[in-house]
Amino acid sequence: MTSKVLPSLPLLVAGTIATPAAAATISVTIPRVNVAEYHRPYVVGWLEPAAGGSARTIFVWYDLKKGGREPGTKWLADLRTWWRKGGRSLKLPADGLSGATRAPGTYQIALPANLPAGQYVLKVEAVRETGGRELVSVPITLPGRGAASGKTELGAVSVR
Amino acid sequence: MRTRHALIAALALSGAITTPALAHRQWLLPSTTTLAGTSEFVTVDAAVSNDLFYADHVPIAPDQIKVRAPDGSAGSIENAATGRYRSTFDVKIDKPGTWAIGTERSGVMGTFKVGTETWRVGGRRPGGPGAGTQGAGGPQGAPGMGPMGGPGGQPPVRSVATVADIPANATDIKLTEIQGRNVIFVTADAPTTTVFKPSGKGLEFDPITHPDELVADEEAQFRFLVDGKPAAGIAVTVVPGGKKYREAEEAQELKTGPDGVLHVKWPVAGMYWLNATYTDAKPSDPKATERRLSFTTTLEVVAP
Repeated sequence: MTSKVLPSLPLLVAGTIATPAAAATISVTIPRVNVAEYHRPYVVGWLEPAAGGSARTIFVWYDLKKGGREPGTKWLADLRTWWRKGGRSLKLPADGLSGATRAPGTYQIALPANLPAGQYVLKVEAVRETGGRELVSVPITLPGRGAASGKTELGAVSVR
Repeated sequence: MRTRHALIAALALSGAITTPALAHRQWLLPSTTTLAGTSEFVTVDAAVSNDLFYADHVPIAPDQIKVRAPDGSAGSIENAATGRYRSTFDVKIDKPGTWAIGTERSGVMGTFKVGTETWRVGGRRPGGPGAGTQGAGGPQGAPGMGPMGGPGGQPPVRSVATVADIPANATDIKLTEIQGRNVIFVTADAPTTTVFKPSGKGLEFDPITHPDELVADEEAQFRFLVDGKPAAGIAVTVVPGGKKYREAEEAQELKTGPDGVLHVKWPVAGMYWLNATYTDAKPSDPKATERRLSFTTTLEVVAP
């Protein structure tokens, strides 16, 4: 717990001082993975109030268009932490949340403008067919900054 | 040092010799406990064996399986097949919420004498593996679970099917009431709790932590009820699957607290077999002197 929180603390403090209240943006990097069989990962981002409370999904990228016998929604449960924290109660697709899977690269996602200021943990979870699963946690105080990095299925994750 | 190790080994060995006959475990192993959407199936293996979850002994007859949907309606199994070591079946999880899939057995078994000859009541050897009465016809292709053959060279013992068949001239009647449930829980979308509603009879599982949201780094709490009331001191065994890949079984022998609540920590993520047992002298059948209750489930614990 502490080891995860401490590295980002200097950033967090600096951000709190330097940044005026403004709409924050999440940046998520999907790394390129050199494997014979590559499928774009399912990726989800959500915010948990640091003091506890319900999770708020910010975006979820999955195989939106696949229907039929094995719809793209089938594997949403593999985003297992998010699924348990509230994904399983969402009706998808949801406007402003659902998106198609993304190729490797860095993507910007706007945080909702109506988020109350305060302490949160941003969580980004990725799972890839025939690949791995990773969860990255970024403690942040909004308005403010924070950053962390994944090792396998996710690259840099930041809020600014 | 060497002597001490030898002693420990000897103790372990003596334990191993005395326990195998008691260790036969009935298990239901679902392909998953968590599904997204209501167009999926869960496929289940069902067997009796010592080690979890290695199908190497006898199957559980699929016709004993009952399915309860979250809305209280009865579900059904599909594609049932009975193999040499395990049976398998599918359940279409087509309603959102938590489903219960499993067996429920109850009956009275024991022995009596006619003259000097000992007779048995019920289809099973008392205290034998998976004690309980079999459904009519017994499991197909399930050697060891059919009519008694007197294993180990013992002569076959005469038996009657039910308590009502005990002849009037019987003496030394020793009867035990048996009730056992073996139920797994599968959830589509958000979990629900309707399938846990207690009936107030026998040993029941009344989870505080939902069994389909277990995580390896979080303690789980399950309450156990006997006849609808929280029951302290219920003995519960929790065994992780995959013994073959470890040095030891690493079973946890636990007990419920004064409030009837069991606290379980999970050493690793994986599938766990949980078995709770309780014996008392309150059988509902007046001819029986003892009541043996059990509850068994398989729990999926995910990594954080």
